[in-house]
Amino acid sequence: MDALTLARLQFAVTIAFHYLFPPLSIGLGVFLVLAEGMFLKTGRPLYRQLAQFWAKIFALTFAMGVATGLVMEFEFGTNWATYSRYVGDVFGSALAAEGIFAFFLESGFLAILLFGWDRVRPGWHFFATVMVALGALFSAVWIVVANSWMQTPAGFHVVGQGLAARAEITDFWAMVFNPSSMVRLAHVVTGCWSAGAFLVLSVSAFYLLQRRHLEFAKASIRLALPLALAASILQAASGHQSAVVVGRHQPAKLAAFEGHYPASAPAPLHLVGWVDESRERTVGLALPGGTSWLLTGDVRHPVPGLQAFPPADRPPVNVSFQLFHGMVAVGVGLLLLAALGVWSWWRGTLWDRRWLLRLFVLSVLGPQAANQFGWFAAEIGRQPWIVYGLLRTSEGLSKVVTANMIWASLIMFTAIYALLFALFLFLLDQKIRRGPEDAAPTGVYRHGAVV
Amino acid sequence: MAPWCDLRVVWFWLVGALLTGYAILDGFDLGVGALHLFSRDDQDRRLQLNAIGPVWDGNEVWLVTSGGALFAAFPPVYATVFSGFYLPFMLLLAALIFRAVAIEFRSKLPMRWWRQTWDVSFCAGSVLCSLLVGVTLGNLARGVPLSPDGEFAGTVLDLLNPYALLVGVLTTTLFMMHGAIYLVLKTEGALHDRVRGWVQRTIIAFILCYAVTTLATLLYVPAMATPFTAHPGLFVIPVLLLLAIANIPREIAHGRDLRAFLSSCAAIAALLLLFGVGLFPTLVPSRPNPELGLTVYNACSSPTTLRIMLGIALLGLPLVLAYTISIYWIFRGKVRLDRHSY
Repeated sequence: MDALTLARLQFAVTIAFHYLFPPLSIGLGVFLVLAEGMFLKTGRPLYRQLAQFWAKIFALTFAMGVATGLVMEFEFGTNWATYSRYVGDVFGSALAAEGIFAFFLESGFLAILLFGWDRVRPGWHFFATVMVALGALFSAVWIVVANSWMQTPAGFHVVGQGLAARAEITDFWAMVFNPSSMVRLAHVVTGCWSAGAFLVLSVSAFYLLQRRHLEFAKASIRLALPLALAASILQAASGHQSAVVVGRHQPAKLAAFEGHYPASAPAPLHLVGWVDESRERTVGLALPGGTSWLLTGDVRHPVPGLQAFPPADRPPVNVSFQLFHGMVAVGVGLLLLAALGVWSWWRGTLWDRRWLLRLFVLSVLGPQAANQFGWFAAEIGRQPWIVYGLLRTSEGLSKVVTANMIWASLIMFTAIYALLFALFLFLLDQKIRRGPEDAAPTGVYRHGAVV
Repeated sequence: MAPWCDLRVVWFWLVGALLTGYAILDGFDLGVGALHLFSRDDQDRRLQLNAIGPVWDGNEVWLVTSGGALFAAFPPVYATVFSGFYLPFMLLLAALIFRAVAIEFRSKLPMRWWRQTWDVSFCAGSVLCSLLVGVTLGNLARGVPLSPDGEFAGTVLDLLNPYALLVGVLTTTLFMMHGAIYLVLKTEGALHDRVRGWVQRTIIAFILCYAVTTLATLLYVPAMATPFTAHPGLFVIPVLLLLAIANIPREIAHGRDLRAFLSSCAAIAALLLLFGVGLFPTLVPSRPNPELGLTVYNACSSPTTLRIMLGIALLGLPLVLAYTISIYWIFRGKVRLDRHSY
């Protein structure tokens, strides 16, 4: 494989693995604020138990997020040096702002959240929890702003020519509020809430099925289920808005999502399908004019298809199509599941519907799959550009890093991440099996014996 | 324009300040990690780990933010150094990951083999991080081969030269000294007495390394010394550095552990200031063609970006300092193990 493919593969592996964890931190952060807020309001020890148990799970996901996030901060420079030179003036400030405004807040107050229960008063502890949740949210803000600038660049001009060309910022706020940043932020953040809420639902449903920690599990579900439903509804709304923005600013990407080839024709809305890229057509189950209607409210409105773009400027079509539709399908499934859960809760049958609880146990995988599909669709759909319309991915590579060097680091990361993932699952499983009543293990070994 | 209001110059020192923050804060927890295996007892190891428990990941954020600030203020430097030092930086990342994970996972299970494995990775990761940070600084002081378009033009073997390795060892001993003093501050009883002995030994090791490095710098990297011969007033920095170091055993002997620790912080700041003065205005000197070097003037972002970033820094840094100080205040005093501990 050449250096370009390897560098892209390494970025994909490291970012996909990293992105398993921040959504859980952001979602659980909101849940912790809810749980501890309930504790302050009602004074019931049950809610403190909730806050303390889920804070431990939060700490685990946060540690994984920090360890793997550091890699991302380095990787722009190590593997995409030409890109870094080109965008540093614009992209760098968003990244630096993330460090200063988000990471310090999150990691600083996390110390109080985890270790400060006996050191500060409950009100201050709650304040620390809110700050941790806010810090997690801010990091999403800045990283989504930076990525959205790569999708829909704004607030800059290009200086220099050829190899010396680079983007320079002209208007900071136009860069921050570029056409896609806010709607994508809403979509990403609600996706994170969904990840956190369904994790809580999954573990709590598991306890209910096992008939353990019943009060704890029910209280967790009562807080997480509304969050899951709200997140799912907002996901659908922001997803629709996001697609409209993609249609307006990245028409080739939208055409790929729908496998829409004709240069100018009403676009159907596929439920499922398969794109034959060599014959430039898509077969599947589709509502005629559906996409046109979603974009403009008119089923006959023409939408530019892939044939309106030279082949060199088109993204990989079938992959984008399948990822996009996979995301939508999982998202709809989660929405239905959350709605069904709330309905059963309202009817008073939720705790006894074992098949529904079993579905909830599995549901933790849903947001993870949808988040990954969505990001892969967004990034693959942007190809062949690294900065849409400005810089091609093939032009962004580090010139001095050879394919063999990337092989070495790719193998290293794959091995480390496989180990990390196994450990993460093992420890998560331990915590869940021990349950909320167990304090941290304080056993001390001396020469082989556990005291 | 006067040099002190030139934003390019301001950002040189601001990035330097962030790196100094990193060296002072993560320096002690890297040092604690490097000393970790000197304690044999599980209880002692847990005490050491929990001495840095609430603060280590906040400390690491200084590295992330320094990286972000470098990316934003001097993109060509970020691009050249990170892609040029590819393999050492990948190794650094591996070390940082193992270290972070070791802290997090060590106490989760009580088995001896489990804890021993993570203790070794914690120690090895900490030593490797300190060493690689030092090797990077050493190469930046010495200069690296650059091509006319500002790309790194050497191989990984060029980076592992004796001078850079020497600076790597110097950094490791510095952090071990700093970590030992931090542990003196945070421990009590028998462990406290033992750690006091570590301080003596690490100070001696550091002073020896420092003397050798100074000599090597004067002989092999004379450019680092030119600002001092041009402006003899700058000699106040190495003098302050030596005074700060000399003050540490004095304060330890009087039992004033906090003052000893602050002295050690001052020593690190002085050392990095010395490094910055020697380097300025260059960020990546070129060897053997000095005219190809990346400086604050040919490798900076646009004035607009530097101004925006200054706004972000002026807004953000006071907040960062405020909650860093409050966290250290809340977790002040000797470390004790409770049910929330690692």
